[in-house]
Amino acid sequence: MIFATVGTQLPFRRMLHALDDWAGSNPGVPVLAQTGDGQCAFHHMETVEHLGQREFRQRFKAAKLIVAHAGMGTILSAAELGKPIVLMPRRSEFGEHRNDHQLDTAQEMMRLSNVTVANDAEALHETLDWYARYAFEVEMMPIQPDGAKLEPLLDVIRTFVWGGHEEQQQVSSNNAARSL
Amino acid sequence: MTKHSRQKPVVLAVSSGGGHWVQMQHLAPAFDGTEVHYATTDSTAADRVRDGHVHTYPDANKDTPLRLALCALRLAWIVLRLRPDVVISTGAAGGFLAIRVARLIGARTMFIDSIANARSLSISARLSLDVADRVLSQWPAVADLSGAEYRGAII
Repeated sequence: MIFATVGTQLPFRRMLHALDDWAGSNPGVPVLAQTGDGQCAFHHMETVEHLGQREFRQRFKAAKLIVAHAGMGTILSAAELGKPIVLMPRRSEFGEHRNDHQLDTAQEMMRLSNVTVANDAEALHETLDWYARYAFEVEMMPIQPDGAKLEPLLDVIRTFVWGGHEEQQQVSSNNAARSL
Repeated sequence: MTKHSRQKPVVLAVSSGGGHWVQMQHLAPAFDGTEVHYATTDSTAADRVRDGHVHTYPDANKDTPLRLALCALRLAWIVLRLRPDVVISTGAAGGFLAIRVARLIGARTMFIDSIANARSLSISARLSLDVADRVLSQWPAVADLSGAEYRGAII
């Protein structure tokens, strides 16, 4: 029901322990966590150190709620699949990342309707309690990529790839063919 | 093989696993019609690529110097063997390394900083400012501060 991921690069025990504690007081809610960290035991949730991309996506799709570090891969996947997601940003002061950029990411991504940010264990528990009250049946629509932002970026790359200039982008592939 | 014999540009898209890779996949429609090769750190990535070749390299960052050297060697090998016309990266360190090598063979190079860097450029993006043809940030304010360009964002 809940799928948690902290990526595969660095451990994030503060989040996982907070989630494990919550799972302990909510035994009816199955929790699976990708921990990226084989060194730590958890008592109330199922854990796996690393999932391949295919299985990761299956687990992600099957979940009703995602709990994660504020990593963009997870945030983008949740948006695409319309999954509610609770983010706990990693903090450099606790040795959880090299810097505090996840605080910035979380702050900016709060504008997405499927995102909630929980900065500590208490906030995470409150958020999970809220979802539990609705039995995790919270309707979400997939968040469409913002075409107004994505399309210009794709155009710049497309033009660059074909070696043209942006004002020629409509005919860039023709130009590239001619120059060969 | 000379570049002139090619019917379409060869693109090498370099990204670490995780968020960098997911962002590259969102940008993949821009490679339609090209011969695209992906280089990434996660060998399971090929599961999700419909069109294109997948090469892998060791993950590394500035705190893991030995792996960083291996990463640089592997990427140099990939770049020199493929001789791409274009190298594009969404980060992190491997993207910068690939771009450095790609400059030696005259490829066009672009570094697109992760949307995760909402307040300042990543180190790899900052290093790329001196090397890559284009460095893009996905945040207008970061672009203004850093000398990178803002040309849109993934979300």
